[in-house]
Amino acid sequence: MSEKASFRSSGGVRGWFGRQPWYIRGVVVLLAAVAAYLLPYVGDVPLIGPQIVTEGIDWPSALFNMSYYVLLALGLNVVVGYAGLLDLGYVGFFAVGAYGTALLTSPDSILYEDTGWKWLMAVPAALVLTMIAGVILGWPTLRLRGDYLAIVTLGFAEIIRIVATSTTTLRGDRGFASIPHPPGSWGGEPIFGVTDAIPYFWLGLTVIILVILGVRNLDRSRVGRSWLAIREDEEAAEVMGVRTFKYKLWAFAIGAFIGGLGGVLFAGEQSFINSQTFVLQFSILVLAGVVMGGSGNMAGAILGGVLISYIPDRLRGLSFGDTDLYEYRFAIFGAAIILIMVLRPQGLIPSRRRAMELKDREKEVAPQ
Amino acid sequence: MDFSGLIDNFGPLTVTGLAQGAIIALFALGYTLVYGVLRLINFAHSEVFLLGTYACLFAWGLFGLDQNSAAPAVGPMLLYMLVGLIAAIIVSGAAALTVEFVAYRPLRRRNAPPLAFLITAIGASLFISEVVGVATHRNQTGVPPIIQARPVFTIGDTTVTNLQILIILLALVMMFALDRFINGSRLGRGVRAVAQNPDSAALMGVNKSRVIALVFLLGGLMAGIAAVMYDLKIGVTRYDAGFLLGIDAFTAAVLGGIGNLRGALLGGLLLGVLQNYAAGVFGSQWLHAASFVLLVVILLFRPTGLLGESLGRARA
Amino acid sequence: MRQVLARAIGGVAIIGLIAGAAACNSGSSSDDTASEGNCGYKLAFFGALTGSAANLGVNIEQGFELAIDQYNKAKGSTCIEVAKFDSQGEASVAPGVARSLVADKKILGIVGPPFSGESEAADPIFESAGIPTITPSATRVSLSSKGWKVFHRAVANDDAQGPAAAAYIKDNLKATKVFVADDQSAYGAGLAEVVKSKLGSLVVSTDKTEGDGKQADFSALVQKVQSSGATALFYGGYYTNAGIIRKQLTAAGWKGTLLGGDGMKDPGLSKASGVQAAVGTVVTCPCSPPEAAGGTFVNDYKAKWNQDAGTYSDVAYDAANVFLQGIDAGNNTTAKLNDYLKTVNYKGIANTYKFTETGELDPNFIKVWAFKFDSSGDAKADVEIKTS
Repeated sequence: MSEKASFRSSGGVRGWFGRQPWYIRGVVVLLAAVAAYLLPYVGDVPLIGPQIVTEGIDWPSALFNMSYYVLLALGLNVVVGYAGLLDLGYVGFFAVGAYGTALLTSPDSILYEDTGWKWLMAVPAALVLTMIAGVILGWPTLRLRGDYLAIVTLGFAEIIRIVATSTTTLRGDRGFASIPHPPGSWGGEPIFGVTDAIPYFWLGLTVIILVILGVRNLDRSRVGRSWLAIREDEEAAEVMGVRTFKYKLWAFAIGAFIGGLGGVLFAGEQSFINSQTFVLQFSILVLAGVVMGGSGNMAGAILGGVLISYIPDRLRGLSFGDTDLYEYRFAIFGAAIILIMVLRPQGLIPSRRRAMELKDREKEVAPQ
Repeated sequence: MDFSGLIDNFGPLTVTGLAQGAIIALFALGYTLVYGVLRLINFAHSEVFLLGTYACLFAWGLFGLDQNSAAPAVGPMLLYMLVGLIAAIIVSGAAALTVEFVAYRPLRRRNAPPLAFLITAIGASLFISEVVGVATHRNQTGVPPIIQARPVFTIGDTTVTNLQILIILLALVMMFALDRFINGSRLGRGVRAVAQNPDSAALMGVNKSRVIALVFLLGGLMAGIAAVMYDLKIGVTRYDAGFLLGIDAFTAAVLGGIGNLRGALLGGLLLGVLQNYAAGVFGSQWLHAASFVLLVVILLFRPTGLLGESLGRARA
Repeated sequence: MRQVLARAIGGVAIIGLIAGAAACNSGSSSDDTASEGNCGYKLAFFGALTGSAANLGVNIEQGFELAIDQYNKAKGSTCIEVAKFDSQGEASVAPGVARSLVADKKILGIVGPPFSGESEAADPIFESAGIPTITPSATRVSLSSKGWKVFHRAVANDDAQGPAAAAYIKDNLKATKVFVADDQSAYGAGLAEVVKSKLGSLVVSTDKTEGDGKQADFSALVQKVQSSGATALFYGGYYTNAGIIRKQLTAAGWKGTLLGGDGMKDPGLSKASGVQAAVGTVVTCPCSPPEAAGGTFVNDYKAKWNQDAGTYSDVAYDAANVFLQGIDAGNNTTAKLNDYLKTVNYKGIANTYKFTETGELDPNFIKVWAFKFDSSGDAKADVEIKTS
């Protein structure tokens, strides 16, 4: 309770938002959601629009890319931000989701004779598969502390990549082609075609909103409070009767589920996947996004997910004077990460609790 | 599976694995030192190593050496080795200090949460490797043959070359020197004190900032030496060489017990040998997977690595 | 309150800075309509211009651009514009870039995509937009069996190259003990499979490595090659790994011959291994030697780009010319141009181009050459390999 009170009394946009009655807050949230759905058309807005849209890569496609990055960031936020478990191999779950879909639907799969499902049928199966993967990974490793967990998760993601590359069942670099798109048609034409990415973005956005609602509910429940306790002091939580292992496993499974959702959407849009996509740098990037945006806070994770996808895409087709900046975009991106973290160590939109903690910690800093 | 591939080549695989492991161990020291003192995974350490691999190439380039040069005679060879080592050490040491000053110190001043450090490290790593990538057009650079590998002695069907002996000896010597320094010298005592309890150490008059800078510098020096050995053994470097070997080195550090100097040596050698054995049995494509499987298995039974975390603790 | 607001503004400012930097955009497309004389259209290059695969992409793009330059010079105006689309050679990036390509309605034809993986991801989009493509280098066999009407391949596929490489090892090299390894890429593994099956009992042992940039220490592979007693190593993969492997083999004292496919035909191999070690390395390629190319191509290329024509530069040059000829003949829509490709019979500098129903090169025109690295550090034409 005290947390909420202090949040309301704080200034800034969020303080204002917190002080409004429920219906105004509802209207604001609704307007934000509508604005998000209209994003593909932002290029038509005079003056500002052309500055926002990407060049060299189709804008709706860039938006779709952002949407699965945001999903990954939201999922990783549950693991890292809520439960405080450092996971460096999150892309592994993304890969399991995508491969699960491909195995069940693609004509290249050895299961095709028996399954050959439509995309929508494969989704629940692929998601169950990722959750199982989360539990399998979590069961033996969650007894490890902090940084040891980080290297083990990193190792698991690498093992998944190597297995995907080196086994014939998963086809390695050859990959799975002709993965079916999501179903539905509009006036005779399939909604999810190949040339227009807008429906995929809308689908991604809808999934994001559902995930936000789900995670918000969890966070405010007994589960969320347990995560908080574990994150702050695992031993104390255990002593107070929180079954830490169980809730850590929950965090892993839910994180895996959301990551798998990203993978399923990715496979449905691309219709072709191979082992080249699921590299380690990908997980590290998503982690950077979550922390940069503000770990432990969903708005922050969303912003972080958007940035890690948008900045490199936006920097395409960009020049400074005569030099083409295109090649430098990841270098610029690296510098931007350092700058953001040094200026705002708590993240761009920190969780309120973290921000307050940091304020306390700054006071405590020992003279150097 | 092909066990004859392992049995037939057991001796040579062991020797080349030990040489690779020695390089990994030197590289791993940087992770272990920084972690021991700051409890921080210094992700940018891989790029400290990367810059070392290019620094000695640059120094050799000043002598007109490139990948097409003939191997030099013994006299010039010693000179080139010395110059290459000095160049790599200076550049890697300077890079490590720069990363500390630019990416970590401002955060420490604000007492930022541990994750923030990890992310700036990732940013720094991305920045450095990408700048190198753009500067080299992402091409590989061949290394001049400073030391021609020659068989020195043979046991059974196993030939040991001068280069392998040099790499393994150098790693052992550096490890011994570092161990003596940390455990025997006055400055080393400061490092152990900060590792044990930073605040108390500060109260006892240890200059914490200086100790931290020293630790980064030491890690950079070791990475510089590892970089020269890497150039000579692998023969080619590229903008992502640091990232690739960095994962091995970090794994080795954790395997031996991160924060523990001797653990890094043990972990490195073990990893190098095991990767070669796995490549012998299962094929070269599985060698990294094998190292992670080993890591998971060992951590399940010894959750803090083979020798445990220790810088400043067990033997303090 | 003020402090918090200042922080918030600070945060926004950082993003603003990035977006602001992004605001200085380079050239945006214009929308004026096509003018007279079959001019005012565009031809597109789609492939890797940045990233680790950029080397091959740039070779192709430069050959492509040279052809259009010469065409425009002959016309005396910028008749056909060059449009470049950078896919980074990655299947996960390609669809978004391909969609931005098909949004440009002035593009009549595409040279690319160079790699098979990105072709799988991008070609369905080109197919649905109906824009004809000619790939100068994507050699995966299955690409032509997907029913894509816009797909055309200006080189032989992997099925032609593998048997040729095996024939070279048997007939020209006369090796009796061969070690076969690959990098597990779709291209490398496919090639190695064919070579393995054609060589049969000559293969003494096999291995697989990780892909480019994923492995640097090949001492286990080197040891296996040495102890197998093989005198030839066929490596299915690209020059990046092959250069390191060649160097480490030489350092370990192995004297045999390294062989590979066209993915290894790049001076980058000898830049990594050193020319001394690379000399004698043989690569096969379903292409003709660029120096044998007719006309002034070799000199023109060097004059324009200040470097020698690379692998597939000549094929890309031809592919662009096929399109240009079609447009010149009045095929100024994508549909007409695609129909034109069905009947085309064009004698270019590297080959004669005639496509089958599925978009494959007519089997009668397929040539496979062996190239050998010499002391210049580049692979020079050795012999044409007869497979039939």
